[in-house]
Amino acid sequence: MRWTKSKRRGDFRSAGVPPAVLSASRGPTVGTPIIGLILISALVLFGAAPDKYLAVYSVAANYSLPLVQREGRAYVGLLEVLEPLGKVSAKADGPRWRLRYNNSVEGDFQVGKTHARVQGRDADLAGKFLVENNRGLVPVGSLGSLLPRILGGPVTLHEESARLFIGSVATHFTASLSADNPPRLVFHFTGPVNPTVATEPGALRMTFSREPLVAPASPTLTFGNKAIPSAIYSESNGMAVVTVNATIPVMASFSSDGRTVTISPTSASAATAQNTNPPAPGAATSPGQPPPAPLTTPPAAPPAARRYFAVVDASHGGDDHGETLSNTLLEKDVTVALARSLRQELESRGIPTLVLRDSDANLSVDQRAIFANADHAAIYIAVHAASNGHGVRVYTSLLPFGGDDRGTFRAWTTAQHASLPLSQSAAAAVASELQRRQIPVRTLTAPLRPLNNVTGPAIAVEVAPQGSDSSQLTAPDYQQLVTSAVATAIAATRDQLGGAP
Amino acid sequence: MIPRHFVIAMAVLLVAVLGLSVYAWHMRSTAASTPVASGDTRPLAPPVAGPTERVTLYVAHDDDGSLRAESAQIPLPSGRQQRAEELLRTLLSLYLDKSSPHVLGAGADIRSVFLVDPGVAVIDLNSAFADTHRSGVLVEELTVASLIRTISANTPGILRVKILVDGKERDTLAGHADLSAFYDVTAVNQLATQLQPAP
Repeated sequence: MRWTKSKRRGDFRSAGVPPAVLSASRGPTVGTPIIGLILISALVLFGAAPDKYLAVYSVAANYSLPLVQREGRAYVGLLEVLEPLGKVSAKADGPRWRLRYNNSVEGDFQVGKTHARVQGRDADLAGKFLVENNRGLVPVGSLGSLLPRILGGPVTLHEESARLFIGSVATHFTASLSADNPPRLVFHFTGPVNPTVATEPGALRMTFSREPLVAPASPTLTFGNKAIPSAIYSESNGMAVVTVNATIPVMASFSSDGRTVTISPTSASAATAQNTNPPAPGAATSPGQPPPAPLTTPPAAPPAARRYFAVVDASHGGDDHGETLSNTLLEKDVTVALARSLRQELESRGIPTLVLRDSDANLSVDQRAIFANADHAAIYIAVHAASNGHGVRVYTSLLPFGGDDRGTFRAWTTAQHASLPLSQSAAAAVASELQRRQIPVRTLTAPLRPLNNVTGPAIAVEVAPQGSDSSQLTAPDYQQLVTSAVATAIAATRDQLGGAP
Repeated sequence: MIPRHFVIAMAVLLVAVLGLSVYAWHMRSTAASTPVASGDTRPLAPPVAGPTERVTLYVAHDDDGSLRAESAQIPLPSGRQQRAEELLRTLLSLYLDKSSPHVLGAGADIRSVFLVDPGVAVIDLNSAFADTHRSGVLVEELTVASLIRTISANTPGILRVKILVDGKERDTLAGHADLSAFYDVTAVNQLATQLQPAP
């Protein structure tokens, strides 16, 4: 999916343009030069209304969509939101508008109604559902509740800034000021970034229009330094902006494959050299302003796809309860808790982690494998829970018969084949660490999907209570004991796994 | 005035209705007290006629999550396919016993086994087998490994095994063990080795 500020669909020609202006702009056949003059005058006097966009970030693709104002709200085409994420179709039938996603999810919408039905369940919309040119429009504010039911995964909506995060795709960052003289402000990002950098007197601004950057704990970071006193995070119109306030000219440089941005004071010689370079795209320059501070342009290559080191899959979910562990305890609920705990443990060890199912959503094994493969994660960890047996069982794939690869294409049923040695190595490391912590553990192969469909290293961890009491599976102490051991083992084999395809 | 023969006919019909009602009530009570398992008409024991043979059954044990080889002397028919069916039914009869080390649900059955050359075995389970099976990675793979290891160990030439449920393909046995693909007998034999009880 290519990022572009142009509208993805011609149906959104009216975005941000008043209807009267739109009708005049559809062509010269009207033959009313007066209207044209009025239009030009209006544009000159008031300027064109700025287009508004919704930025969508997902494992599959990052893209932006134009927003339209209807009924005093921002609306977006539901079909356009879903198109890059899967197979989607819609059919208008009078006031009804039916949506079909991935041949498994069905939605029923009615024009003018503020509620819809998705998979037979009611879903409230933040405003009336609209249809224009056979395209269904929903209020942007509805996406946060509507999309999880359609996509079967967690969705986070920043409505004010029109930013939509599908799955755990957010890029986090930290900022620290070095004690050097002159000082250097170092930003560390959990994924590669390629912001547009602009300077103005007293500030350097990094605009992240393609990256799913999210705010730190506090939007204002203060450093107690006279040269670089603070940095401010803000979001608007589908973009995130980090503004570094500086009393001296500063420049930005990139390292660690775009994961680190260093803001440092520039020297006069550096400034001269930098001023000979063409300005970076999007650099803010305006007449009357002093020359911009020198910039180090980010790498020219397009930003790398978001890559997580680990993908943790909370197995089951939605209609698939997994094992009924007790009268009140379902496997699908325990696996989510374990997956979240494992993510926390992995990220505390500096391992970027994606949890595939972070809510009670239906997610097929094929979808899980597709997500893991698309992310090219260094390790895929499926989490299961069981009431029988004691301790933890670590599984690698028991590959089925056949599945011949065709050239560079790998057979779906045996996609794991090439990575099996690394998977076994990771499983052995996990088992060893669990054993070291006195947790009973076994390593086995298992005919367990989607392990065989994952192209990279993949293991499954089945957690059983240490005794006969299944309620131990919900005990935070026990969960942390297990997930901490797994995370430690993964961290220890990071170098080995990092070289995985 | 009502004719006499009409009164007699009505009285006879009334008596018949009352009699049938009592009979229906009695039949209903009898049906309610009959165990559900009565629907399981499969013979649990292999046919007693004919010469017996010594076979090796790979029996799952839930207590330690192991698969143990156990010898049994059972009568087997002469046909290769019928032998495979009876072999698995013998194994199943162990699991249907209440004192089984790996209990399967009531009504679980092997509908049939097909041996297709070269080296393919298709095991068709009934729906009760899968519907009543306990869920869990280990407990399901013990069942699958037990079936495949037993049939392959006693029926030479089997290289891959497909498991169907009620004649149809099914995604998993009970939420975990994959039934959508063919099992590689060599890989299952290795799994059986992993599942051997600790010495």
